[in-house]
Amino acid sequence: MSEMNFIQAINTALAEELRLDPKTFLMGLDVWVGAFGATSGLTDEFGAERILNAPISEAGYAGAGVGAAMAGMRPIVEIEFASFFYCCWDQVCNQAAKLRYMSGGQADMPITFRAVCGAVGSAAAQHSETVYSQFMSVPGLKIVVPSGAYDMKGLLKSAIRDNNPVLVFEHLKLGRSKEEVPDDEYLVPIGQAAVKRAGSDVTIIAIGYMVSQALKAAKSLEEDGISAEVIDPRSLIPLDEETFLSSVAKTHNVLVVDEGHLRCGAAAEISAVIADKGFDSLDAPVKRLAAPDVPVPFSPPLEKFILPNDKKISATVREMLG
Amino acid sequence: MADTSLSTDKLLDMYRTMQTIRQFESRVRDIFQEGQIPGFVHVSIGEEASATGVAAALTEQDYITSTHRGHGHLIAKGGEVKPMMAELFGKKTGYCKGKGGSMHIANFELGILGANGIVGAGLPIATGAGLAAKVRGSGEVAACFFGDGASNEGTFHESLNIASSWKLPVIYVCENNLYGEFTAGKDVTSVKDIADRARGHDMPGVVVNGNDVVEVYEATGQAVERARKGEGPTLIECKTYRWEGHVVGEEAFLGKRSYRPSDEIEAWKKRCPLITFEQRFVPDTFSEEGLTAVQAEVKQAIDDAVQFAQDSPYPAPEEALDDMFSAT
Repeated sequence: MSEMNFIQAINTALAEELRLDPKTFLMGLDVWVGAFGATSGLTDEFGAERILNAPISEAGYAGAGVGAAMAGMRPIVEIEFASFFYCCWDQVCNQAAKLRYMSGGQADMPITFRAVCGAVGSAAAQHSETVYSQFMSVPGLKIVVPSGAYDMKGLLKSAIRDNNPVLVFEHLKLGRSKEEVPDDEYLVPIGQAAVKRAGSDVTIIAIGYMVSQALKAAKSLEEDGISAEVIDPRSLIPLDEETFLSSVAKTHNVLVVDEGHLRCGAAAEISAVIADKGFDSLDAPVKRLAAPDVPVPFSPPLEKFILPNDKKISATVREMLG
Repeated sequence: MADTSLSTDKLLDMYRTMQTIRQFESRVRDIFQEGQIPGFVHVSIGEEASATGVAAALTEQDYITSTHRGHGHLIAKGGEVKPMMAELFGKKTGYCKGKGGSMHIANFELGILGANGIVGAGLPIATGAGLAAKVRGSGEVAACFFGDGASNEGTFHESLNIASSWKLPVIYVCENNLYGEFTAGKDVTSVKDIADRARGHDMPGVVVNGNDVVEVYEATGQAVERARKGEGPTLIECKTYRWEGHVVGEEAFLGKRSYRPSDEIEAWKKRCPLITFEQRFVPDTFSEEGLTAVQAEVKQAIDDAVQFAQDSPYPAPEEALDDMFSAT
């Protein structure tokens, strides 16, 4: 095992997969220099032919990734900030997501889209969104949201090897967070949630960066004698419903925490699944904690006000169980 | 004239392809109006030469992307009329098992990366197919069919910029039929010749008579050669015209409102790609009887395709849930 931060986990996963399969190549904005460090140094080993510095032209290069995937390659496309997905919505939602189905299953679409997401501190509304929930209602995509270095590396490797389009959302705030990562190769399968902490009184399902906040909250709740189980879905499509439902069968109370917006967000879908399929296990309605439906504001006190954090999580749980 | 370089076999193949497109499209129009085909269809009668001339300059391994008006491109690239017709009918024996329909036929074995219902969407996809060929050094080229309308989309400019910057083996084929849906290109487009837009992306821009299959073939051949040599993309503008409406049965939306002068339609019909071919090659290269025999063969093939589509079963309703994800 070695300690590795989130960015290093991305870099290592990319290098390993590029080494393994000559069909893989990386294309995106600023990938030569590596805007956040995740792709730094890859040109040294793989050359400018496989590490392609794209123009600021999301529709152009995301669409080129789709075409390359249809022509037998395995592109990894970096969109930089998740909000920039709006500039290539057609290429992701109308093309990558649908062409396999529309062609009657003829085409594999082995393409990985990576983007950083989340509020990192006064980046304002166009550089702070999570965006993944919008993609959840587009059939044909898989979505992963890693919460730490171990999952980041294992999920990204699985995404690159998957023959379907996978969107990987990398929370910027996790960049320097470190975890122990095996030295030997490993994969984290897409579609399996992780129980990050076992507990018996309440299930907290938290997404991405919110996993760290939920774990902090669980510690503080423990001091009050509340035993919280923390579950990280890790992938939003497919959703590991089994893991949620078996936890709820034990705790009978659920809080779903997401940094994205409340309305039609990831937390809404998870809550609906539990309400549909786990109603008999519940002692109380499923509760959501997510950002209110305003764009992410710029000013620090405003931004802090809208984002869930450990204190808001523990306060909500106390209220639920109180 | 450089058309001496074309063998009579090749010329006859091109004629047969154009006949196939003409008769396929005419039949689709007719049976759509009879209610045999669900949804809506866009036919390319009058535009047979651009599809045929471009595809004739490609190999089977090369790629194409197509548009909502794509039947002709697919036929020219080797698509068979039976599974195409069956797809239009929504039948299980269609190329896409009834999941795509008229606007979305694809066949990856033939390098047909799909017709596409989104105007301009094929441009980055073709660019990516060219990129794939370049990254792996496998030598294919990608030909991208699109219309004058698509040249006003951002994806047109983004794709040409990328392909030119990276010297990708892509041939951008603009079939300028003068109208985007029900709007004249001249009212909404900054240039008279779409080919002029190539200059902004530092690539050759060529205007050809899109109704002359030989001229299209030769221009494409030069672009393919340039692409295979690693010299980058070319934009070819084929001046052409669609005889039918944007969509078959558009009178139902438009009523008596018209957007094209009828004398314009008649003038373009005189420049028919098939007549253009016949005038040039009959009787010196082909006899009238020889071409009439081709027409009869094609008619039989189209009859068979319609029969095949009519006789084919629909997919089982539950098949709506299949083909979502690859298992691996």
